[in-house]
Amino acid sequence: MSASPIALPGVVAVNTFREAVRDRVLYNLIFFALMMIAAAILVGQISIGIEHLVIINLGLSAISLFGLIMAIFIGVGLVYKEMEKRTLYSLLAKPVRRWQFLVGKYAGLLLTLIVNTSFMTLGLLAALLYVGHGHFGGPTIPILVAVYFILLELALVTALALFFSCFSSPMLSTLFTLGIYITGVFAQDIRDFGEVTGKSGLGAMTRVIYYFLPNFHNFNAIAAASHGDPIPVPLIAQNTLYAFLYVTVILLASATVFSRRNLK
Amino acid sequence: MSAPAIEISGLTKDYPSGFWRKRMRRSLDDLSLQVEDGEVFGFLGPNGAGKTTTLKLLMGLIFPTSGTARIRGRSIDDVAMHRDIGYLPEQPYFYDYLTARELLDYYARFFGYSAGERRERVERFLDRVGLASTAHIQLRKFSKGMLQRAGIAQAILHDPQVIFLDEPMSGLDPVGRREVRDIILELKEQGRTVFFSTHILSDAEMLCDRVAVLVGGKLQGVGSPNELVSMQVTGMEILFELPEGCALPSVLTGRAARAGTRYRIEVPEVELYKALDLLRDSEARILSVQPLRPTLEDFFFGLVNREKSANHATEVETR
Repeated sequence: MSASPIALPGVVAVNTFREAVRDRVLYNLIFFALMMIAAAILVGQISIGIEHLVIINLGLSAISLFGLIMAIFIGVGLVYKEMEKRTLYSLLAKPVRRWQFLVGKYAGLLLTLIVNTSFMTLGLLAALLYVGHGHFGGPTIPILVAVYFILLELALVTALALFFSCFSSPMLSTLFTLGIYITGVFAQDIRDFGEVTGKSGLGAMTRVIYYFLPNFHNFNAIAAASHGDPIPVPLIAQNTLYAFLYVTVILLASATVFSRRNLK
Repeated sequence: MSAPAIEISGLTKDYPSGFWRKRMRRSLDDLSLQVEDGEVFGFLGPNGAGKTTTLKLLMGLIFPTSGTARIRGRSIDDVAMHRDIGYLPEQPYFYDYLTARELLDYYARFFGYSAGERRERVERFLDRVGLASTAHIQLRKFSKGMLQRAGIAQAILHDPQVIFLDEPMSGLDPVGRREVRDIILELKEQGRTVFFSTHILSDAEMLCDRVAVLVGGKLQGVGSPNELVSMQVTGMEILFELPEGCALPSVLTGRAARAGTRYRIEVPEVELYKALDLLRDSEARILSVQPLRPTLEDFFFGLVNREKSANHATEVETR
């Protein structure tokens, strides 16, 4: 008797989620809740007429920032910690393949981020209800789409952190992941800069960076959501496909690296 | 004819060492051995001999530089083979945020048991290793011995046919060691193969059908403990008491060790009767006479010292 190959990553994922919960990772929700309460009370007094804009901006930025911190700092330890503490030894002696373990760890952290982000979104909506005296005061769909984009962004960052976690220390993995994230946020500007200089070599290099590194700029819909602008459906489809393909490639690369890794 | 439980052929593992200039350090050198179904097999060697490296290679945790191994006829690269094996790592460390019950339940999920079967197994094996009353406590609060018990439980939870135990007695008190010995013997009675590494030679001598001795990554000998240690008698041991006022014969004085009124002497076999005659003349009360044979420990230390001497000779030559 044996578990199905698809069920095994699920077993690892649930345990990863349980670890995050027991390590009190979700305590960050308390900070978020306090921040939203303070913002809702203060904003009403200092920004007459644009309370919703400020709250949405602040709330979505905080959701993105809190998620990024979790994705990077937990992500870089996902595999490394298991190798360092040797918890992997008894696990890999079970009928589980290394890629199944990796996918499970990834899915577990993603599940944690989804739960965390969902609660923060509820907090944001509650703050909007408070300042709108029982009304959201604007369309909620753009807010939810912006949150969805944040989750796609976090899925990508988590995959990157996991990839580096397969072969480098948490410190280096954090630097690599953060470096790629920041470059990815400014990917568009970097390409434009290369083209503006008119130098063909530099232009080619910035184009390679633009196409090779993940473009996080497209995932930012915070401004649109705070102004209540509708987000086009093709952009949603494009971002979903982009994130899915990019994550798949990174996970494949991670599995390739990790499958031949000697555990010390 | 069924395949041997474990078949290792020319297994070699080199590790890179050094920061700037990477040099290869051989941790395991051309290991070949075979373990039959149902055997309790001891893997002996001092620290750094390559015992854990061998076990990690067999578990697929590290990859061999050369050589192959099969377990119950299946290559160690085949993940399906892991259904038939159990493994206790050296100084096991588990997810310390889980309780012992949750840990076993987690591992049981990899074997596709139903929820009811999982529950039954987990409780049965918690009880088997003496953790039933502490099953609800998080592992971070466990002592080393309790962690070792949890480790043994997860290794045998799915009724594997071949069980690998890396230093299973390590960190256990005498009661714990006795319990582990009983578990190993019970597994043997059930027809399982147990392959365990140890440097506690008395355990190996007591439990193993056969042992292999590894020193400096090289296999030095394989056989039953009796085969490895020669049956040749190296001397005779006499235990005796001397009544008050009686003196020990002067010939034996230098050889005797005294504890209270009791004495112990070792004499060559050919001198036994002469020594007994002398003791009888001294009115000594003979308590026991028994032959002295080399122990597995003597054999083991002989090999370690031989290897050390060889290494020293090599170093001297290369200077």
